[in-house]
Amino acid sequence: MRGRRCGSLKRRTRLPGVLCIFLSLEVLPKSSFYTHTNKTSSVPETSAVHSAEVSAGLGALLLELPRDCLGTGTAVALGPPLRTSPEWVRRVMEGAELAGKILSTWLTLVLGFILLPSVFGVSLGISEIYMKILVKTLEWATIRIEKGTPKESILKNSASVGIIQRDESPMEKGLSGLRGRDFELSDVFYFSKKGLEAIVEDEVTQRFSSEELVSWNLLTRTNVNFQYISLRLTMVWVLGVIVRYCVLLPLRVTLAFIGISLLVIGTTLVGQLPDSSLKNWLSELVHLTCCRICVRSLSGTIHYHNKQYRPQKGGICVANHTSPIDVLILTTDGCYAMVGQVHGGLMGIIQRAMVKACPHVWFERSEMKDRHLVTKRLKEHIADKKKLPILIFPEGTCINNTSVMMFKKGSFEIGGTIHPVAIKYNPQFGDAFWNSSKYNMVSYLLRMMTSWAIVCDVWYMPPMTREEGEDAVQFANRVKSAIAIQGGLTELPWDGGLKRAKVKDTLKEEQQKNYSKMIVGNGSVS
Amino acid sequence: MGSRSSHAAVIPDADSIRRETGFSQASLLRLHHRFRALDRNKKGYLSRMDLQQIGALAVNPLGDRIIESFFPDGSQQVDFPGFVRVLAHFRPVEDEDTETQDPKKPEPLNSRRNKLHYAFQLYDLDRDGKISRHEMLQVLRLMVGVQVTEEQLENIADRTVQEADEDGDGAVSFVEFTKSLEKMDVEQKMSIRILK
Repeated sequence: MRGRRCGSLKRRTRLPGVLCIFLSLEVLPKSSFYTHTNKTSSVPETSAVHSAEVSAGLGALLLELPRDCLGTGTAVALGPPLRTSPEWVRRVMEGAELAGKILSTWLTLVLGFILLPSVFGVSLGISEIYMKILVKTLEWATIRIEKGTPKESILKNSASVGIIQRDESPMEKGLSGLRGRDFELSDVFYFSKKGLEAIVEDEVTQRFSSEELVSWNLLTRTNVNFQYISLRLTMVWVLGVIVRYCVLLPLRVTLAFIGISLLVIGTTLVGQLPDSSLKNWLSELVHLTCCRICVRSLSGTIHYHNKQYRPQKGGICVANHTSPIDVLILTTDGCYAMVGQVHGGLMGIIQRAMVKACPHVWFERSEMKDRHLVTKRLKEHIADKKKLPILIFPEGTCINNTSVMMFKKGSFEIGGTIHPVAIKYNPQFGDAFWNSSKYNMVSYLLRMMTSWAIVCDVWYMPPMTREEGEDAVQFANRVKSAIAIQGGLTELPWDGGLKRAKVKDTLKEEQQKNYSKMIVGNGSVS
Repeated sequence: MGSRSSHAAVIPDADSIRRETGFSQASLLRLHHRFRALDRNKKGYLSRMDLQQIGALAVNPLGDRIIESFFPDGSQQVDFPGFVRVLAHFRPVEDEDTETQDPKKPEPLNSRRNKLHYAFQLYDLDRDGKISRHEMLQVLRLMVGVQVTEEQLENIADRTVQEADEDGDGAVSFVEFTKSLEKMDVEQKMSIRILK
């Protein structure tokens, strides 16, 4: 029995680490039942060896070291076997002991390979290896899909191309007349055509649902019209599901849990200290560590560009908004003071803890409505040059990362230096957009944690200030254009709030004004 | 956009809709996709609210009238066949439509007559087949908002009705409407071409 196991041990080391985990997880319950029914004396040894195999498998995944040297070491360190209690109690106790051992080895590994490096801000290169494997797999999958599908159906997937032929001529030309002409019955043609064009296709609605991918990335949720291609592809997909749900998800949930608890505990502890530079340094350390842990819990790979333009103290940082994760991504590289509403529940606990360690600006719901109060508090915050830069998302809502919508002018009226930041996610590895009408926060986080990874680029941009003779709206548009160009996103004049509320009547009045000028002229009526 | 694109099998009565409206299979798929994107709560039909949420339509001065045209006979919901039926009025007139003039078949929805009838409906608020002076005034008010005085608007409405009205009943019937627009290139002005 032992010889067979040793032989199978050797065979398993040649397989990739992922399959090691899978197989050892699968093999473990089978063998322990098998050994229980035979010799009882060898039970603790087999369970010890098996837990060693599991931990060795984990170690192999993370380190890619040979498993034999890890396996033999841990087998020695375990206690005496239980002999006197009845059979089922013994099994339960052994099961519990085993679970305890697995949990402890698991936590040790997590601590060693992920938490400690987060404190110091170093990376062991594990995620890079994972990403390389992932990219190769997805490329292979794309090639298989392209070989498999007929040519016509590939063209259907370009959702960003307009589907109707548009005539973008202005109202005057469309109404086929010169200025000052009178009303005709046929004027209604122009408006009805424009209206129906909007019904068939409009710029805004498509921004509030996830971006369609050109090629499938082996996630069920992005499976738009990709049919069965081959057995191998389906096998890879099944393997992907297993990896994501059984390996990555528990790891990520553990990390997220640790990250959030550390944040709450850490900031509460730091908050007890008196105000000093030590307190600031400690609160920065706590914030950065916890954010790094949380980012690793999502397998986030972030590239920061132009770090020399990172927002300074006393400034306002402005970025496009795709999901709540934007906050995590930005705070991993620097500390910001956040602005937002006070929530209840878990978010409220986190908010209250964070504000003890460093001054964030949280508003009560009633205070949010009073714009002058909000502006006053923010002005006070940035006037104090020692306080951290404020982080604001002027769109006010989550957009699907293909475009930038109207920036609300409130943030640009405060004064001070604006530091624009552009954030662009790579949808191939995981869709970060939070469709708040479709998913609540918990299901959104679960979706994030069962994606392959979150890959994004962050561009810091040179600071901007309001120029002479420029009002807040023009300044906001200028910053919006800069962010859109940098991030490669399209720019839309529409308000992100359109997904919930109706459009303002002022926009309709503009069209009505244009039309009236045409048929009435300068007060002359036929 | 849902997580699955439309397959032909998913559209109910695809064949009868195609025959009635004249849309190609590809166009119908695109419109079905769009219908489902607009149907935010996945009800299977569209309500006025769903259409009002389209920004570019809400700023259109005739937006409300256009939305009304989707809900004939006072209904509150429009299903996919009804949706496509209205859009079919704006299908460009192609040569094959004018060739196959089968007298037994009903007139295609995108014929000149039907396009004009759609425009007529936008004016005819109470659907009695006539555009009265009062209705003309109301539609004009929709188009200009508060920019024009009541007096000016009344003048415009009076002039327009007088020019078109032939039998002197103070209202514009569909025949009179058609006659006053006989020189207009209706087919080109009221067409939306869907790219394949």
